Formats: sequence, structure tokens, C-alpha cells
Amino acid sequence: MKKLLVLALTLSTVFLLSACGSSTDSVKLGVIGPLTGDYSMYGLAVENGAKLAAEEINAAGGVLGLDLEIIAYDSKGDPTEGVNAYNRLRDEDEIDALIGGTFSGVTLAIKELAKEDNMPVLTPTATNPDVTLEADNVFRACYTDSYQGTVAAVFANESSEIGASKAAVLYNRDDAYSEGLAMAFIAEFETRGTVVETLTFGAGDDDYSSVLDVIAASDAEVVFLPGYVAEVGAILTQADNKAIDIPFVGGDGWDGIEADYASVAEGNYFGNHYAKSDEAQVVVDFVANYEASFGDSPNALAALAYDAVYAMVAAMEAAESTDADLVIAALAGLDYQNAVTGSIRFDANGDPIKSITMIQIVSGEHLVIDKVEGS
Amino acid sequence: MDVELFIKQIINSLNTGSIYALVAIGYTMVYGIIRLINFAHGEIMMFGAYFAFIIATSIPVGLPFFVIVLVSMALAALMGILTEKIAYKKLRTAPRISALITAIGMSLFLQNLAQLIFGANPKVMPQVISNEPIMFGNIAVPQVMMYTISMSIGIMILLTLFVKKTRAGKAMRAVSQDKEAAMLMGININGIISLTFAIGSALGALGGIFYSIAYSQVYPTLGVMTGLKAFIAAVFGGIGNIGGAMIGGYAIGFIETMTKGYISSRWSDAIVFGVLILILLFKPSGILGKNVKEKV
Repeated sequence: MKKLLVLALTLSTVFLLSACGSSTDSVKLGVIGPLTGDYSMYGLAVENGAKLAAEEINAAGGVLGLDLEIIAYDSKGDPTEGVNAYNRLRDEDEIDALIGGTFSGVTLAIKELAKEDNMPVLTPTATNPDVTLEADNVFRACYTDSYQGTVAAVFANESSEIGASKAAVLYNRDDAYSEGLAMAFIAEFETRGTVVETLTFGAGDDDYSSVLDVIAASDAEVVFLPGYVAEVGAILTQADNKAIDIPFVGGDGWDGIEADYASVAEGNYFGNHYAKSDEAQVVVDFVANYEASFGDSPNALAALAYDAVYAMVAAMEAAESTDADLVIAALAGLDYQNAVTGSIRFDANGDPIKSITMIQIVSGEHLVIDKVEGS
Repeated sequence: MDVELFIKQIINSLNTGSIYALVAIGYTMVYGIIRLINFAHGEIMMFGAYFAFIIATSIPVGLPFFVIVLVSMALAALMGILTEKIAYKKLRTAPRISALITAIGMSLFLQNLAQLIFGANPKVMPQVISNEPIMFGNIAVPQVMMYTISMSIGIMILLTLFVKKTRAGKAMRAVSQDKEAAMLMGININGIISLTFAIGSALGALGGIFYSIAYSQVYPTLGVMTGLKAFIAAVFGGIGNIGGAMIGGYAIGFIETMTKGYISSRWSDAIVFGVLILILLFKPSGILGKNVKEKV
């Protein structure tokens, strides 16, 4: 009896050891995002997007001949929790690279630690400009706020649908996102044409009729309106009531506008990370697989996380190693073409130079008009 | 000077002015009768908009606009009467500051109640009025603005006639002049106060409905800023004076819209409040307000 017990113990120890040993035979990517709480919809989208990519990669033979493993920890959207999650990923799980954090605030908190550790970081969704500055190891898959404004100006000016040389800008002066897009739009558009009116509204405003009449009376051929659905919907409703037929162009804050404001948004344009209705094979496959795995349709965050994992794997394949220095160098030189959210290559800061999908709202659907690059 | 744009801005001013005037009447009537600044009035306006939202979205057959409006106004009137009976009636003889603080409490209570029932996210108001604008030459006027301006002016004329010509109106004026004397004359004070709250709340609700249709959204804090501006309009015109509230409403709407259109929307609130300070410096009782000598 005693012998049997010893044997069992020995055997289990051997198994435990071998289990430990085998875990180093996979490539590990950490994911940090708000998986619980008020913002969990964002974190879960990122986790799901990353896991879907890993599943596909493993089915196709893994990375460098090894399995790809995604380890996701909750940040609750809080920088302190995010740092704890990062320490755990680094010390306990010994990740090879980090996909995250999801929020800019959390990513900024992790950045300094990751810089010391020389950890390859590719955040799918942190848009704050400081995230990639002065950190050679930090990259991002999403474009920055100002890049969106620049691309919107290129689109407003060059596209055959609008081709405007005179633009009006209407932005929310109480919101850094809206103002950031507006300033970048103005800077770029002024090199191509003239901005005839720059108007603002405040966070508490509901009545946009007088500023809309000023825009209608100007000779603007396009209105740039960066903002979120709640205010953009109200503005487009009032513009519609006044029969103002100048096209409006917005940024990714418009995503989802067709749910409540399809009729008033009809015919207007906005830039987004990707369009669900895009007929490119990679997008069709991604949407179908995501819906099959998780039961709901993927938002832009899920698409960005999915791309981030593929881009990181592409860099590891190019480096033929998971060595941090080699992976970071490979990321810097990466040109990943077949992404759901447009091709990804990085500038000197580690921000992507990628195309933005310009979408027109037609009969309540997203119609892909063009994919535009800023420079 | 672009004449067409100027005419459009006049129409916009009339539109916002009408809404402020409708809401301001409620402040001024209640103040006239019981000397209370009813800070919960903005919330009654908000609830009026929510009533219209519920009726328009929950009943599958497309009810005519007037039915939606009348039912919502009736519900808001009931709500106004109830707030008075529950919160203010017992404080009629209390110091005015107690009633004022109760009104602020009522305002916060109703705001949070709405947040609890409807959630904090804005709801999209269904388009119960056609969004096809009416063209006057080159000038497109949204139908909702036509409704707002014409119905507001019509109702204000009716209200003036009611207060001037009817027995109930006469009783109302009597109560506002001297409550005790009116009571001695056999006027049912409680009835008149309820009637005042009912009319004020119904008009506030109408303002709220037009507001939420024109600006397409309804949310729990809808009544805060608009209520505050309407209150300013009432003070501007001379609080306690119905004609003053109307003039004040249109004046505030005009200043605000023109500032947004010709100077900058950044400045609109600052200029509105600045004008209020100026008026009060030179005419502390407002434009139409009477100088009431304090009894010593």
C-alpha cells in the first residue's frame, strides 16, 4: 500500500514537472483589458479577438512550430490593476509579448515597466499619442486621433464622392477627442483648400440650429463633424430637418450611428477601423468566424486585437525567434498586409501607417467607399 | 450681411424663445401665487418629454401629434399638482428659504427618479412631426419649429385671455395679490394653487416635448440647463408677471441664438447671463416687474 502511494506521488511529481516543462514549449501572449465592470464590453472584445486569432494560428500550425497561447487578465480599466496584471503576466506566466492594454490610461501605466523589461508591446486600441513616444518597444495597431483627422481631410478633398475644396468644421470644444480630430483636419485641409467656417458646440448643448444655418449659408462643400453618436445624431437630425444637403464626414466615434439615426445619417461618411460589410476575404472570414465563436458581431476593438495578434506573430516569424530585441526590431520593420483593419506598418514612434476605411451610410448599412492613407 | 441667414436666425430665435417662454410661464405663475421659486419645474418639463416619448414609442398605432401632446400635458399637470400637495403645501407658512430648499430637493429627486426609471443614456425621440421642412422661398423651416412657434404663441394668447377674462383667472390674480383677502372673499385658495401648478406644469411639459422633438433626444438632465435659462427669462421679464415671462423667454432665446450665429457658441451662455446681470443692476424687478415696496 505504502509503495503504491510513493509510486503515485512520484508519478504525479513527474507529471507536474513535465507539465511545467511543456508550458515553455508554447509562445505566450499576454492580454490586459477591462474584463469585468462597466467597460467590460471593450476588454472582452479585445480578449475574444485575440483568442480567435490564436485559435486560427494554432490550427494552421502555430508560431515558430509552437502553440500560441493567449493569457488574458482583468485591468478593470484601472491603471493600478493593469500594472498588477502586467507583473503577473511577466513573472508567473513569463509571456513573450504583450497585446494591450486596452485603454490608454492602463497602457501608459504599464509602458514604463515594459520599457525597463524590454517587453515587446503592441496595444490594439490605446489611441493616446504618448503611448508610443520614447519607448522603442511599444507599438499600436490602431491609428491615433490626429491621424484620423488628417485622413478625413484627404478623403474630403480627394475622393470622387466629395472632392471639396471648401470645408466647414464643427466640433465639441469640451472633448479632447473631437478637438484633436478637428485640429488635425484643419491643418491638413488648409494645405489643400480652405476651411471656410470653424464652429464649436459645448458638451451641454442641444440646440445646433443657429450654427447649422451658418454652415448652410457658407459655401462649404463638406462639413467635418468629429464626435460621438449621441451628439452627432442630434446634429444630423437638425440638419435633416433644415434640409441641409452638404455631406458630413466624421471619425470612428460615429460607429453605430445607423442603429438610431439611420435616416438622418443617410448618405454621410465616416472613417472607421474596418467595416463589417467589407467584402475583402479576410474581413468576411473574420466576421463569420467571430460570430460562430462568440455569437455576436465583432466591433472595431475585436478586429484590432485580432490584427494585433497576427501582426505580433508575423514579427516573431520574421525574427525567427521570440527574443525580445529581435521581435521589437522585426515589429519596427513589419509590413503586415492582410489585416482586417487595413495593412499595418509602423512609423518611427511605433504608430501605424495604415489605411482608414471610409464608410458611407446607405439604407442603414455601412458601404465601404474607399480606404485612405494619410501620407 | 446675408439677409437669408438673418431671417433663419430670427426663426431659430423664435423657436428657442418659444420653448423658454413656455417653461418660464410656469416659474412665474407659481412665484406669483405662492412666492416660491419652483426649481422642480425644469424636471416637470423633462418628465413631460419622457411622457411623450413613452406614449409615442409604446403605442403601436401612430397616434396623432396632438393626442400625444395633450395626454403628456395632462400627466405633467397631475405631476405638478402632486408635487405641490406632497412637498410644498405644508410649507406655505414656513420661512421662504425652507420651501426653496424643498424645491431644490424635489428637483434632484425627480431627476434621479427619471435616471432610475429610464436610465442615464439619452433616448432617441421618435419623429412624431414630419421632418420634411416647409419652404418659404429659399428658406427651409423645419416643421417642428413651425409647430413650436405657432402653438406656443397660440397658447400664450389663450392663457392671457384666461387670466384676464375668466372667473378662475380673476381668482388667480386675486390670490397673487393677497392670499388672505382672497380667502375672505370666498375664493378656494387650494383649488387656485392646484390650478396654477397644473397650468404651469402642462406648459412646461409642452416646452419639454417641443425641445426633445426639435433636438431629437430626451434624457434625465434635460430640464436642468433649459429650466435654468427659463428661470432667468422669468426673472428677466419680471418674476410673477406672465407677460414678462413671455418677453423674457423670447429675449433670452434671441440673445442666445444670435450670439451663437454671429459671435461664437462659446460666448452664448456668458452673454445671456451677462445681460441678466445688467438688467438686474438697472431694473432689479425685471423688465415688466413692479417695484414692490417692502413692508416695514
